[in-house]
Amino acid sequence: MLQIKGVRKQFGTFTAVEGLNLEIPKGEIFGLLGANGAGKTTTFRMILGLLTPTQGTITWNQKEISYQTSDLVGYLPEERGLYPKLTVKEQLIYLGQLRGMSRSLIQEQADKWLNRFGAEEYLNKKVESLSKGNQQKIQFIAAVIHRPELLILDEPFSGLDPVNVELLKNAVHELKKEGTTIVFSSHRMEHVEELCQHLCIMHRGKSVVQGNLKEIKRSFGKKNVSVKADFDLTYLKDTSGVISHRMTADGITLQVEREEVAHSLFKAVQSKGFVRKFELEEPSLNDIFIEKVGVVHE
Amino acid sequence: MSKFVTVMMHTYRSKIKSKPFIITTLITIALLFVVTNMNEITKLFGEDDAAKVGVIDKTGDTLPALQAQLKQAGDDVKLESYKKSESEAEKAVIDGKLDGLLVLEKDASGIVTGKYKAEDVTQQSLITDIENALQQIKNKMAAETIGLNQEQLAAIYLPVSFEKESLSSTAKSEEEAAQVYILVYVVLFFMYMTVMMYGSMIAVEVATEKSSRVMEILISSVSPVKQMFGKIFGIVLIALTQLVLFIAGGLAAVKLNENLSGSESIIQKLNLNEIPISLVVYALVFFILGFFLYATLFAMMGSLISRVEEVNNLMTPVVIVIVAAFMIAMYGRENPESVFVTAASYFPLFTPMLMLLRVGMLSLPVWEIALGIGVLVGAIVLFAMIGARVYRGGVLMYGNAPSLKLFKQALLLSKQEKRDTTEL
Repeated sequence: MLQIKGVRKQFGTFTAVEGLNLEIPKGEIFGLLGANGAGKTTTFRMILGLLTPTQGTITWNQKEISYQTSDLVGYLPEERGLYPKLTVKEQLIYLGQLRGMSRSLIQEQADKWLNRFGAEEYLNKKVESLSKGNQQKIQFIAAVIHRPELLILDEPFSGLDPVNVELLKNAVHELKKEGTTIVFSSHRMEHVEELCQHLCIMHRGKSVVQGNLKEIKRSFGKKNVSVKADFDLTYLKDTSGVISHRMTADGITLQVEREEVAHSLFKAVQSKGFVRKFELEEPSLNDIFIEKVGVVHE
Repeated sequence: MSKFVTVMMHTYRSKIKSKPFIITTLITIALLFVVTNMNEITKLFGEDDAAKVGVIDKTGDTLPALQAQLKQAGDDVKLESYKKSESEAEKAVIDGKLDGLLVLEKDASGIVTGKYKAEDVTQQSLITDIENALQQIKNKMAAETIGLNQEQLAAIYLPVSFEKESLSSTAKSEEEAAQVYILVYVVLFFMYMTVMMYGSMIAVEVATEKSSRVMEILISSVSPVKQMFGKIFGIVLIALTQLVLFIAGGLAAVKLNENLSGSESIIQKLNLNEIPISLVVYALVFFILGFFLYATLFAMMGSLISRVEEVNNLMTPVVIVIVAAFMIAMYGRENPESVFVTAASYFPLFTPMLMLLRVGMLSLPVWEIALGIGVLVGAIVLFAMIGARVYRGGVLMYGNAPSLKLFKQALLLSKQEKRDTTEL
């Protein structure tokens, strides 16, 4: 279990992270959300022991993470970094050895992963000659090749095309099944919604929302109603209890305070004509994020 | 410990396979062959043709004596009597038929004078040879005029016997000092070369890892100290490999020269075996310690920059320090006992060069040598500790040009980190 207790990190007068408390059980996928500069990377660096918290403690299975335990941890940094002049094979061997693996085991694992990502032909190619997406795959392999207990992925899906995102997501799912504890950050809400049971939204170094995804959604209260009909629906926005609205191509999406508001909306459209769609939706993570952080992000 | 070996071997392997390394090594060995066999190579091109100088001898009898004198001195000059007019001779020089024109005359007092004309008067050695020969003849003629015989003349020109002997117990004999200076000079030169070549290699290594951002993965797997020293030792292995290749190449070149020319080799001429063993040992010790000192310095500096291009900016101050050490060593050769040299020899960045110079030139008490080595070892440990901190702080900092402020920031950043940066 990864435990973060009362962690604060200060750089000079700037506080990057403050009062962070997290508990991430073994075998979970935990999402860390936040705009750029929210303190995600600093938190990761503290978990990895690259930075020491100004206050508070971070432990993995009741022990602090140090160079003695670094073989148990895998890390995919936000700023991708590989040796441009080395071949994929040399690269993986070196980085794997630094995580305490033997050469033969690395080769076996590298073949397995490259195969899985459909990148076998790059084994003896220099990294600089690879496309960005392929470099990212190699970077991912470098982070997981030693089968870490704790895997930290900083923005793992940024800059990838949908096919590769899917590939990586499946890999993450599989690692979870094998018992790896995964912490990952993203500002792409849909990825977090899809992968995590638990999450934490950070804003300016502080945790603004954290907990189970479903509970967060439930306790958020606000819901979305999306309506499609053959007649003009604009008048719905004046119904009491509607917070905001957004016109779509052939209908309207309304954010409502409570579920009851949806009932009055339903009554309001019922008599007007044929309704193609009337749906009460859970709030999206995006809605929650915007509400809590107050910033529209992608 | 095994991760240290991994870093070391990785550094070694990736460098030894690199094209710049292979090319530099090959070129240097080729140069060694060319330089040691220069004589044979020039012979190959037939450039040994003696210079041809036309002589208009207005004195009538000087030319044969001059020819004889030049031959005796072993100089390669061909003097030919030129019968035509001076202007025609000048034309021949300009046309390239003659290398030069010598006009011999007698002045009012009957003493022979020479005037040398050539397209340009840059062929110094040729001109000096002729001038010297003419001087000899003039001396002989003058002596004859006064009525001195050969013995008397020889007695005048016999060099005075003048011996130097040092009475101070700390000084060494002149001969020893000369040999020592050659050794010190060689070590200083090697120091400069290695620091320039391998020092920048270390800084580039670190900077590359930083600029490619692979550093963040590295420092999450291996402690900065292991990384830094793994890298330094990897480069040391490279340096050793290259040195062995150079020495082997150099010996082969000398051997080849011996076979070709049949003369005794340069090594024998240098009388290297007369240099005391202890001095060679000291030279090695100071060289190795000096290398580590500068290597840690470069690794630390490499961690402060974000792009490889900035390595050059960092090199400049270090080069200035080494050149300064070189200059002080030059001065110290004449005045090894001066207070200035003594004081400077305890400044760590100068110690490897200047302490070696003092050890060689003076008979230093053991404690001074020990103190010098102590200063060096202390400085290396200190540099390594600061280096490890800056390394750790520096690798997480990106963007700024290297400056003292950045150095302080890096130090501060790592100071806040409780986790022991020096753990191995």
